[in-house]
Amino acid sequence: MLSSVRMKKTPLYDSHVALGARMVDFAGWQMPVQYKTGISDEHIAVRTDIGLFDVSHMGELRITGTEALAFLSFTTLNDPAKLKPGRGQYSMMPNDKGGLTDDLYIYMDAENNYLVVCNASNREAVLNQFQKLSKHYDVQIVDESDSWALLALQGPGAALLLARYVNEDLSSLKKNRKQTVILHDCMVDAARTGYTGEDGFELFCRPDDAVKVWDTLVAAGAKPCGLGARDSLRLEAGFPLYGHEFTEKTNPLCSDFAWVIKDKSFYGRDALWAKECSQRLVGLQLSERGIARQGYKVFSGDKEIGEISSGTISPFTRESIGMAWIDAAYAKEGEKVQVEIRRDLVEAIITKPPFF
Amino acid sequence: MEFPKNLKYASSHEWALDNGDGTVTVGISEHAQEALGDVVFVELPEVGSELEAGEEFGVVESVKAASDVYSPVSGEVIGVNSDLEDSPETINESPYKEGWLIKIKMTDATELDDLLDAKAYSQVAEEEG
Repeated sequence: MLSSVRMKKTPLYDSHVALGARMVDFAGWQMPVQYKTGISDEHIAVRTDIGLFDVSHMGELRITGTEALAFLSFTTLNDPAKLKPGRGQYSMMPNDKGGLTDDLYIYMDAENNYLVVCNASNREAVLNQFQKLSKHYDVQIVDESDSWALLALQGPGAALLLARYVNEDLSSLKKNRKQTVILHDCMVDAARTGYTGEDGFELFCRPDDAVKVWDTLVAAGAKPCGLGARDSLRLEAGFPLYGHEFTEKTNPLCSDFAWVIKDKSFYGRDALWAKECSQRLVGLQLSERGIARQGYKVFSGDKEIGEISSGTISPFTRESIGMAWIDAAYAKEGEKVQVEIRRDLVEAIITKPPFF
Repeated sequence: MEFPKNLKYASSHEWALDNGDGTVTVGISEHAQEALGDVVFVELPEVGSELEAGEEFGVVESVKAASDVYSPVSGEVIGVNSDLEDSPETINESPYKEGWLIKIKMTDATELDDLLDAKAYSQVAEEEG
C-alpha cells in the first residue's frame, strides 16, 4: 500500500471508485483499468455505441513564443507548419539514436501557441528534451498537465450525444480539429480525436469541471471505460502504444507510421534517417488458438525473426490479434509465421490493421 | 464473495471438489476470476496427462493478462471441460460449477488435507484485496 500513497489521482478518482472501478497504478497515477461489467462490455460499447474514458493522466505541455513553430518543427517529426489555429496533428518526438522519446498530439491553439499532449509515462522525458533543445529558440515551455482534465468520448454515437449538451454544432467539426464550446456551463475544448478507431471527441476540461462533464455524459448514456478497453481498442485499430510498438530503440521509419516523418531538419535526423530497416512493425492475426503477448518470439520455420509488441483477443471480433517487430524480409501481408506461446508454435498470418 | 465450504483451495487460487470416488474436480476461485477479468482464452491439458501437486497444468487468459493454473493434487487428468474452448467466459459466470477446468484421478488422497478450507482461503483472498 505504501506505493499507492504517492500515486496521483485525477479529478475523477472518486467518481471511478463510486462506479466500482478496479483502480491500478499506471505511470504514477491511480487509474481505472475497468468498471464493474468488464473490459469486453466496455470495448463493445465503444465499437457499437458510446464510451467515456478518463485520460487526465496524459501530459499537456504549452509551447509559446515567436519561435514556437520553428522549435516544434525541429523537435518533432511531423510538420507543424501545416497546422492552423484550431487544428491538431499526430506527431512523434525523436531521440538522437534513431528511436523515439514519445509519440504526441500537437494542437495549434493560436499563432505562436501550441499544446502538446504526451503519454503520462513520458511527460518528464518529453519536458526535459524540450527544455534541453530550447536554448537557441525564443520559446516558453509550461507544463500544464495539472491544469487540464481530459475525457475521451468515443464511439459511433458520440457526436449525437455531445450535440445535446453543447452550445455549438460540432457535427461539422472535422477530424483533428479543436473548438472551445460550453458544455453544461463548463468551458471545454472539444477535439475530434481519439485512440479507439471510432469517431469521437477528446474533451479538455478545467479540473474543477471534470466531475460535472463526466456525470453529464455518463447520465446521458456514455459507458465508463477504463485503460483495459483503451488498450484493446487501440490495438484492434492498429494504433501504436509507446512502450510496446515504439520505444527509445525502435525506428518509426520502419513502420506504417513513417508518414508522420517529414523530410525536414529535425533533432536526431542523421540517426533516424540513416538506419536501414532490418526489422519492420507488422500486424498479425493468429489462425490457431492462443494469445500472443508482448515479448513472445516470432518464428518462420526454425528461424527466429522477431518479437510480439502487443497482443490480445479482441472482445469485438473474438479474433486473436497482435503487432510485432519482425525481420523485414517476412513483413509481407499474407506471410505465414509462427508465434511461440509457452511450449507451442502457433500459426499466425501477417495482416494489415485495423483488425475490425 | 463466495467460497463454498465443500471445496478445498490452493493459495494459488484453484479449488478442488472431492467427488468421493478418488477423483477431484478442479477450477479457479471466484476471487481469481474476478481478479483476471473477462476470460477470453483457456488452455487445458490432454486427458491422460499426469500431474504433480503444484504443477502448472494450463493457462487462463483475460483481455489483459495470462494466469497459469496449478494442480492442487497429484494424479491423472481424466476429464477436461472442453466447453470452455468456445465459451471461456463461463469461468467468470460460474467459477464453481459450469466453469470447472479439469477432473483428476488422485494418486494420493491425503494431499487434500494440505489444502486450505474455505475460511483459510477467504483470508488469503482478502489479503490480496
